[in-house]
Amino acid sequence: MTTHAATGAREALRIEGLHKSFGDLLVLQGMDLVVREHEVVCLIGASGSGKSTLLRCVNLLEEIDAGRIVVGGQEISAPKVDIDRVRRHIGIVFQAFNLFPHMRVVDNVSLAPRRVLGKSKAIAEAEALALLERFGLAEKAGEYPDRLSGGQQQRVAIVRALAMEPRLLLLDEVTSALDPELVAEVLDVIRELAAGGMTMIIATHEMGFARDIADRVCFLDGGRILEEGPPDRIFREPREDRTRQFLERVIAAGRL
Amino acid sequence: MVATVSTVIVFWLLVVLITGAPGWVDVQVSFLNPKYFWGSLPDVIAHFWVNVQLFMIAEVLILVLGLVLAVLRSLPGPAFFPVRLLATIYVDLFRALPGVLVIYVLGFGIPGLGIAGIPVDPFLWAVVALTLIYSAYVSEVYRAGIDSIHPSQDAAARSLGLSRPQALRFVVLPQAVRRVVPPLLNDFIGLQKDTVLVSFIGVVDLFRTAQIKQAATFNFTPYLAVALVFIVVTLPLARIVDWLVARDRARAAAGAR
Repeated sequence: MTTHAATGAREALRIEGLHKSFGDLLVLQGMDLVVREHEVVCLIGASGSGKSTLLRCVNLLEEIDAGRIVVGGQEISAPKVDIDRVRRHIGIVFQAFNLFPHMRVVDNVSLAPRRVLGKSKAIAEAEALALLERFGLAEKAGEYPDRLSGGQQQRVAIVRALAMEPRLLLLDEVTSALDPELVAEVLDVIRELAAGGMTMIIATHEMGFARDIADRVCFLDGGRILEEGPPDRIFREPREDRTRQFLERVIAAGRL
Repeated sequence: MVATVSTVIVFWLLVVLITGAPGWVDVQVSFLNPKYFWGSLPDVIAHFWVNVQLFMIAEVLILVLGLVLAVLRSLPGPAFFPVRLLATIYVDLFRALPGVLVIYVLGFGIPGLGIAGIPVDPFLWAVVALTLIYSAYVSEVYRAGIDSIHPSQDAAARSLGLSRPQALRFVVLPQAVRRVVPPLLNDFIGLQKDTVLVSFIGVVDLFRTAQIKQAATFNFTPYLAVALVFIVVTLPLARIVDWLVARDRARAAAGAR
């Protein structure tokens, strides 16, 4: 769908030989991935294939065991990197929304711009309201998260991440916790971001959406990227048996 | 209906049992004497002000020190191990020691050292002792509250670029404190009652006042006045705690915050 990712565009993210294990459980085993600016990359694969862990590593929410992660030319996996500074430029949206339940929507969105970027309350709130307005959430600005539907909460979570003006946005199965009828409104927001040129890595089980929005689809299996390519090719003529088996299971489950 | 009947029967049996006891008349004279009760009540109430002051000053200090201890104990990483260890020793120590012992040691021991410049006012040392004892308990309440906030809240805050202290201050602590208000109030009820322990080091509070009156008249009725004062101030607080707990339970059931 999007064609922002010209082949000559600069690298937004480079991952080399990434290893991560939780105790005896090897989750990422030599992951390599390059994402260019304005590119939309979808990660697909079975549960436990390492999609979420990969995203959490990129945001430094997990300590990596080996490998390199370079964001915008800076190696963020190096020791002594200021983690808080790195995270300002990388947004992440979680499956379970993780909104702050004790704060109104507008405060959820303006917290980080105020406390991290040092913006004044008035400016941060005005910007938050403008963003909420843009995504049809203006009238919810004064509500607490528990008064919102799941779809609205997830849209607020996306707006909260956008308020930091990230150069890279990570979406971790953001529709998996939603009732089916609420999925579309969240996917529409992501489509709009893609159209605007946002660089995104999207872990998803929504194959139709991935085929629709991705510039590139990566199939994860056994802790590495087994196969990657344009969505049309991956979904129509996968080269690897494992990819084919996975897609057949997905089709059987009615998800494609 | 059944509850009313069974309650009446139980209380009637209790009354029969107690008033039928062989020593009832003596007890009535020495513990339930209206003359001494009304005679001592105004003085007892007047000196309750000392307990109220103790309670209010200690309470503020306890809330602050307890929070500091809880945060120190939840600092992560090997670099903070000594800090965590010291805080843990503090909490273990003051929860293990009987309160009256701490009050004795501070109230008599420190002024007894005779170091120039060290205050000897027993009221001051009473405040210090109550603060040391109760901040240990309160820090555990806070810590349970902090632990009850799901790590995903911290992750969400950190992912936005907030530092660890910022995530704690703006995201974790506000939610944690809200959750522990009922158990904190319970500890306050305990503190309110334990303020009478300071009478052991010479602070003339309501309990000491009753003691003085009892020693002068050989009648124990003044203690009844003390009991009445505590019941009157503690019961509303206990009801507030119950109400808060019920409200939180209703909210949790509704899936709300």
